[in-house]
Amino acid sequence: MYEMLSQVAQTWGLVLFVIAFLLVLVYALNPRNQKKFDAARRIPLEDEDIHNG
Amino acid sequence: MNTGLPATQPNQNGADIALIGAFLAVGLLMAIFIAARAVDPLMEVHALMFAAAFAAGGFALGSVIYGGRGASSDVYEFDVVKAGVIASVFWGIAGFLVGVIIAAQLAFPNIFYFDNLGWTNFGRLRPLHTSAVIFAFGGNVLIATSFYVVQRTSRGRLWGGLAPWFVFWGYNLFIVIAATGYLMGVTQSKEYAEPEWYADLWLTIVWVVYLLVFLGTLLKRKEPHIYVANWFYLAFIVTIAMLHIVNNLSMPVSLTGVKSYSLFAGVQDALTQWWYGHNAVGFFLTAGFLAIMYYFIPKRAERPVYSYRLSIIHFWALIFIYIWAGPHHLHYTALPEWAQTLGMTFSIMLWMPSWGGMINGLMTLSGAWDKLRTDPVIRMMVVSVAFYGMSTFEGPLMSIRAVNSLSHYTDWTIGHVHSGALGWVGYISFGALYCLVPWLWKRKELYSKQLVEWHFWISTIGILLYITSMWVSGIMQGLMWRAYNDFGFLEFSFVETVEAMHPYYIIRMLGGLMFLAGAFIMAYNLWRTAKGDIRAKEYVPSQAAAVPAE
Amino acid sequence: MLDRHEFLEKRGLVLTVAILITVAIGGIVEIAPLFYLESTIEKVKGVRPYTPLELAGRNIYVREGCYVCHSQMVRPLRDEVERYGHYSLAAESMYDHPFQWGSKRSGPDLARVGGKYSDSWQRQHLIDPRSVVPESIMPPYKFLDEKPLDYSLVENWLKANRAVGVPYTDEMVENAGADLAAQVDPFSENYDAFMARYPGALVRDFDGDPRRITEMDAIIAYLQVLGTMVDFSTYEPEENYR
Repeated sequence: MYEMLSQVAQTWGLVLFVIAFLLVLVYALNPRNQKKFDAARRIPLEDEDIHNG
Repeated sequence: MNTGLPATQPNQNGADIALIGAFLAVGLLMAIFIAARAVDPLMEVHALMFAAAFAAGGFALGSVIYGGRGASSDVYEFDVVKAGVIASVFWGIAGFLVGVIIAAQLAFPNIFYFDNLGWTNFGRLRPLHTSAVIFAFGGNVLIATSFYVVQRTSRGRLWGGLAPWFVFWGYNLFIVIAATGYLMGVTQSKEYAEPEWYADLWLTIVWVVYLLVFLGTLLKRKEPHIYVANWFYLAFIVTIAMLHIVNNLSMPVSLTGVKSYSLFAGVQDALTQWWYGHNAVGFFLTAGFLAIMYYFIPKRAERPVYSYRLSIIHFWALIFIYIWAGPHHLHYTALPEWAQTLGMTFSIMLWMPSWGGMINGLMTLSGAWDKLRTDPVIRMMVVSVAFYGMSTFEGPLMSIRAVNSLSHYTDWTIGHVHSGALGWVGYISFGALYCLVPWLWKRKELYSKQLVEWHFWISTIGILLYITSMWVSGIMQGLMWRAYNDFGFLEFSFVETVEAMHPYYIIRMLGGLMFLAGAFIMAYNLWRTAKGDIRAKEYVPSQAAAVPAE
Repeated sequence: MLDRHEFLEKRGLVLTVAILITVAIGGIVEIAPLFYLESTIEKVKGVRPYTPLELAGRNIYVREGCYVCHSQMVRPLRDEVERYGHYSLAAESMYDHPFQWGSKRSGPDLARVGGKYSDSWQRQHLIDPRSVVPESIMPPYKFLDEKPLDYSLVENWLKANRAVGVPYTDEMVENAGADLAAQVDPFSENYDAFMARYPGALVRDFDGDPRRITEMDAIIAYLQVLGTMVDFSTYEPEENYR
């Protein structure tokens, strides 16, 4: 059981994690998402409010 | 503080009241039953405390039912955030004070120990200090700020009617049970997870409701995107739930007694504990407070976060890598070496996302660096991020086996923890509190900026005294332990190393005292701010800077 | 528009699940193997469950938070082995629920403190540490000497330990109270039965007051057994090199 698990973790598990992280990178760096991120990063600043700086 | 149970939406259907009411009633009956059947006096005390708390909760609920929920014109539920702010300041001062006391005990054992006051011994007060600063102060800051941030960035009211109040009071009840337990000797001796099984069960209930409130608010949001601060809060809540449940698995000696035995033993227990312990640092003291950084620094500086892309990468890299780093607490122990090596590798990798986050926080100020000079609150938060960078550099260094063989078991670890705790967690929290009080109490500005300056400088000097004295004493002790004389014998007995640390323990105590003094200044300043006072004759450096340098 | 909104609403849950998966994997891969890897705990002779009195002492050790200043883990480093004794084996804490390895040495390591000092030294040191070690920064534990040991729940202590895997027999559980009293009285009728159940256990009046069983008896009994169970003359480290 352990042999199998560690085998899987060291091969496919590792590959899977690298792929998952690459997907995060692709998502984060994709220029098509730039507009969305620009909107998102302004969220805290754009609520009409009682704040006074 | 107000009665505690505030106005909620008038159109609430009352399901929250019914649920909480039923829960309190069942809880009250259980508590009374356990108090009556308790097999030890400690459980009797704690059961009665639970009973009193449930009864008080019932009365508060009754006042809502009969008094009706006032029609709140506010879109947001901010009263619970106010309560969290007050609790944070209170517990912060209490926790720092206990810290100074135990530092004094190590420096002057002849003065600060008493034969007939066994409950004031270091062994009982030290868990009180760590829990008070991490869970009571830090926890209340996280609950208060998360409730604030999730509402503002979702543009919606907290979900669950009175449920957020249940979270607030329930969590603080847990704190009181834990703290009184330590003093009475109720502990399961797992560091940062000392409360016994029944307190752990109670916290689990509270935490699930916390997750539901937070998630419910997110799901109802009117903003298409979930702002990145909320990701960090969510990771904090979810991961702490998992860690808490696994690490506290235990077998009670009796269902009406305080004592339990951990499910795991020896090496397995050690790894489970440090998997928990390190990730309590990673997800409670790091992820949670990074959420504060990602909201309050942009808000206060009035500039969006430096790079949103970086924040996404920061988030996933951090939560993926952090969870593996725990075994570095067990180098050279009976833990198998493969686990030690795994922990060390991931600890070193952790340096990258940590600094990514630091850069993101610092660079948010780019183009507005003058605010460092004019706004002491911004300065506090920026210095906090700098301390974050410093301790996340020191941490991976100390996780290297060769370094760890010297640093482990010494005050170097204590110094490292405090550069993170006082510098990073403390300062980002103070910054958030200085922002929140004028916002929540609807004041134009703080009572006194100059007092913030005093707070900043006194506590910064205090932190520096603290961490430098601990570096010296830790490295010195580590070297003395392994020093050999010309004949090939160990040069120092253990107690000689203890004696050598005496001056540094005094310096450390003074550093802590200064940090505490700063917190008192903050408490006074915040109190006057909430009252609506503005300090007369204030020297305001920002006026000088307000003139554009053209 | 509606679809899109719905999808986004669900994303909070997706995020929660993604976080949970990410953080759960580290724990599973790292911790789980320790439970079924044979190499985790060496095979050594001599480690036995604590006697009821030692267990009571251990409860006091936990209650007073001794672990915040004293480790119980000698690392395999030259200076530590010379200062404290043979490095700690995983097997030596296999019945420790919870473990007491500690993380800080404000005082010395205690993994092998058993037998290093006399009972009367331990008692005097606990009552007033600075009377025997003037530079010590340890708190005084005079109250342990004055407080009678409450062991009304001793059978339940053993039962709870058995439930989490410590091999206490029915006989040990049934006789827990008698065994506890027998360990402080070398002349008791129970002596032989007790020694048969816990081979090698120390039997004597630990606190020097034969009239009663105090918390001091229990804590000294626990301290005196620490690190003494494994017979290192028969232990062959090369079988267990890590």
